[in-house]
Parts: sequence; C-alpha cells; structure tokens
Amino acid sequence: MRSIVVFFRSGPSLKNCAGYAILGVFAIISLGPIWIAIKTALSDSRTLFIGAGSLLPTDPTLFNIQRVLGLADPTDPRLAQTSFGKIDFFRALTNSAIFTILAVVPQIASSAMAAYAFARLRFAGRGMIFFLFLCATMIPGVVLFIPNFILIKDLGWLNSFQGMAAPYALMTPFAVFFLRQMFLSTPRELEESALMDGASYFTIFFRIVLPLHRSALGTLTILTALSAWNEFFWPFLVGRSESVRVMAVAINAFRQQQAGGSPDWSGLMACTVLGIVPIAVLLVVFGRKVVESFQYTGPK
Amino acid sequence: MSDRQSVPALRPSALQGHKPAGHSVFGKLFFKESFCAWIFIAPALIGFAVFYLLPCVRALYISLTDWNLLRAAKFIGPANYSRLWSDPNFWNAMRVTVLYVLYNIPVQTAIGLLLAALLAHLGRSVVMRSIIIAPYLIANVIAAIIWFWMLDPLLGFGNAVLQAVGAGRIAFFSDQHLALPTIAAVNIWRHMGLVAILFYAGIQTIPRDIYEAARIEGAGPWKNFWRITLPLLRPTLVFVLITSIIGSFQVFDSIAVTTLGGPVNSTRTIVWYIYESAFENFRMGYASAMSCALFVCLAVATLIQMRILHSGKSELE
Repeated sequence: MRSIVVFFRSGPSLKNCAGYAILGVFAIISLGPIWIAIKTALSDSRTLFIGAGSLLPTDPTLFNIQRVLGLADPTDPRLAQTSFGKIDFFRALTNSAIFTILAVVPQIASSAMAAYAFARLRFAGRGMIFFLFLCATMIPGVVLFIPNFILIKDLGWLNSFQGMAAPYALMTPFAVFFLRQMFLSTPRELEESALMDGASYFTIFFRIVLPLHRSALGTLTILTALSAWNEFFWPFLVGRSESVRVMAVAINAFRQQQAGGSPDWSGLMACTVLGIVPIAVLLVVFGRKVVESFQYTGPK
Repeated sequence: MSDRQSVPALRPSALQGHKPAGHSVFGKLFFKESFCAWIFIAPALIGFAVFYLLPCVRALYISLTDWNLLRAAKFIGPANYSRLWSDPNFWNAMRVTVLYVLYNIPVQTAIGLLLAALLAHLGRSVVMRSIIIAPYLIANVIAAIIWFWMLDPLLGFGNAVLQAVGAGRIAFFSDQHLALPTIAAVNIWRHMGLVAILFYAGIQTIPRDIYEAARIEGAGPWKNFWRITLPLLRPTLVFVLITSIIGSFQVFDSIAVTTLGGPVNSTRTIVWYIYESAFENFRMGYASAMSCALFVCLAVATLIQMRILHSGKSELE
C-alpha cells in the first residue's frame, strides 16, 4: 500500500496528470496481453469465436488448465473434441524446474569461487584469464551452439538433463563478472584480519565472503534462474524428447502440432498461463528485489 | 587487464607466528595463495575451456570443412566463405536482420527513456516498475505465442478490436510486409520495461544538485532532459544500445514459434537461417561459416558504437 501512496506523492498538477496517464497506458500495454492469455485459458474453448472481443472469460472454466496438466476427468465428454492437442504440461513444468536447478545452483557455486579468486587472490595469468572470460561475453550464442551440440551428441547426452544443463553448470561469464564486481566493492578488512588469525582462504570464502554477499548471491540467483526458466534455443536443440523437454520447448511443439489447421488456442493459453505463474509468484513475493536485480545488470 | 589495487598486501607466509601448528606439507599448500587460487578457479576454468574456448576454435575449424554429419569432414579451406559471399539467401537474411534491428532499437530506446523520465519524475513506485518489467520476465516463446493469439486474424482479441472500430482484419504474422515489424513490436513490448528500468537506474546516479542549479537558472523539464539527463546517461545509453543491438541481431525464439522464417523469407533472420542450415539441412560447415561471419559483424558493430559514443565514460568523471 505504501508504495502506492508514494506513487501519488507528487500531487495532481495538470502536467503530472498527463505523465500518470502515459504511465497508465504503458501499464495496460504491459499487462493487457497477459490478461488476454489468462482470459482465454479460463474460457470454454467452444466460445473462442463469439468471445474474441470480450475482456472477461466466456463460460469460465478451469477445464483447459486441468486438461493440459492431465488432471481432467477422462470420461469428460469435452475431451472428445478433435481439435485438442496432446500435451503433458505437468511433465514440462517439472522438467523446467529440474533444468533450472541443475543449470543455476552449480553455476553460482563455481562462479562465486572463481569470482573470489579474481577479486582477491594473486596468481600468475589472472589478468589474461579474466580477459578471456570477458571476450566470451562477446561471442554470439549460435557460434557456440553448433560445436556444443556436437560435443553433447558425441557424449551421448542428447535428450538428457546433463546435456541440457552442462554448458551453464560450471560457469557463465556474466555470473563471474557480476560476483567479482560485488566482491571488489566491499572492503577487505574483515578478510585480512581473519587471514591474520590463521584462517585459510577456504574458511574465509565460506565463512566470511559468502555470508557477507548473501544479497548479491540472491540477486544473481534471481537473474540466472529467470533466464534458465525461460531458455529456449539450447534446450530446443538438445532436449526435444518428451521426457526432458522444458516448458518453452513443449509449448513450441504443442503449437507446431496443428501447423496446418488452427492451433488449440485454449490449451496453448492454459500452458502459457501455467508457465507464467512461477514468475508472477516471484514478482509478487520479491517485487522490489526482482526489479532491483535488473537495475544491477546495467553499467557500473 | 589486471587491477593491481585488488592484490592483497598481506600474504600468509608473512604470518609465520600465527599459522596453526602441526600441518603437513599438504596442509601448508592450502595457505599458499596461488595454489588456492587455482583450486577456486578450476571448475569455472574447466567449464570455460570445454564450453566456450574449445567450441570457438572448433566452430572456426568446422567452417573450413564440408561437414554434413553423415560422412567425415573434408577440409575445403575458405570455400564456405566464398559461397556465403555469393549466396542471395545469406544476404537476404542479413537484410532482414538489419531491418529488424532498425525497427526495434529506436522505438525501444525512445519508449525506455520516456518511461524512465516519467518514473523518476513522478515517483519511485516499485509497483509501477514491477508492472512494466513484467513482460521481460516472460519467456520469449510465451511472449510471441501470446501475441500470435492476440493478433490471430479470425479469433484474436486485437482483430476483434479492429473489427469493432471498423477497420478490416489484418493477418499480422502471415503478411509478407507486416510479419517482421510485428515480431519487432513483440520484442519491443517485451524489452521496453527492462530498458526503462536500466535508464531509471542511470538517472538515479545523476546528482540532484545539478537539477537544482538548472532550476535556479530557469530551465524547464524539457531542457533539463536534453541538456542534463541525456548527456549524463551516456554510459547507460551505450550499454543499452550495445546489448540490445547484439541481442536483436540474434533473434530466434519468437520466429521459431510463429512464422518459421516465412512468409516468403520475410522473417528469415540470420540466426534462423544458420539454424536451418545446421539442424535441418545438416550443412554444419556452411552454418559454422555463417556464424563466424555473424560474430565478426557483431564485434565490428560493437567497436564502431564504442568509438562513436566515446566508450562508457560519463561526463561526471
């Protein structure tokens, strides 16, 4: 509530009103399409044509959501509709969660270790290695996808979680830079006095550096988890089989099923809404933290 | 690249007296700075070597072969590059991609600046910022599929509205001339909030007293924006332009889920063409050559931008 009050702090001058109106229009542009997706997901699929211009669900029902999750009563006569696509979206959501965890947790752990070494420890070749990491951010993904695809294929890891997560699991240049920047921005006194008391670098890293930067680690977790959850191209290349495919890949496959005719829109929108739910929960629970996470991604 | 000021002045070897007694040779190693550094960096370094460094070298090598996954690769030198030079499809893909970037970047940057200025001026509400960044948190695939539905010629909400106001139905995604701008519009919708948030964060770093001084001099908000905000935002502007140009050059997801490069190649962007060549026609050598060419183009474009915009230095520094 308070932020809403703060929002109107500046008072109602005519000029400000115009500004609020513009912001309001963009708020509607941002959320409107998402609402239309929700509306469609909650509408009876037989009313799509007559309800096309409506802002509210027509004959509201949870049937589409249940259907794509495989929770609908198998004797339900509505399931007999031939225009419905086949999808096990519950599986896809679980796969997305597994992929996200496998890609994010080890990535942050090993990137934090490397970032600590780059920020605080002296070793031969540090500048050179860091420069190479920096160059890696410039490489377009598609350059790496072809050789990485071949590597994963040669390892026999196509259509497996380890194959999908491997390129992200040990490091991403972004995670290393982000944490190095954070580690460099804090004073080193605490670490130095621990060193003097005879603590090893490992003790210092685990007992001082990591707890001290909990907030930065949280920010990085939000950023990397969001991008893993939304990732499409790489999982699309190496994880197409139904047993491992993630949400975005499953939605794409579902849409291509009816390439000829009209897609199963109510089912598709039910899937999109389910794919958005975890993000909406994140935004509602950690709103400020999420927004500020993105503010951190700008130039330093 | 190495920044000397971050090197610790104290080394454990200087602290003989404080060292815990009774360590083996192996135990002592764990107090040696460079040894520990290599242990800390090892996992990331392995990941970097296997999934970044070697693939880069391998991509370059594959681009010099005629490999098609079926038979052993034969070294053919720069033949793929000369074929690329005379491939009308490649040039069409480049043209489409540049067009897409040109649709995207000005509109997205202008909207981002407008929203950031309004947010900074009218209140710092986190609710408003959450709302405008929401589309960016949604997967590309989902954003594209939502708009694909909204703009469906027969059943979409957008076309129902067009009907209601008396305009005819428009097949946004299946019209040769509209498909690419439509995909760019979806991208603008998804990214405008992020750009606004980044500019907003940049505006927060501009000292208030500059505006105060300008106010005393009698400058209005319009003048403030052009004379103070925009010049002092340059580091953010450089960052946003470079990252969003690199990003939109590589558009793939939204095309994969909607137009698949059609109609009549009008949305066949460079990354989509590379994907088709490598994973549908299995011309790995040719696709790698195109991806290396794309890499060079992006690197050159980035360098030019950094030159033109005087790198990331702010007027405040």
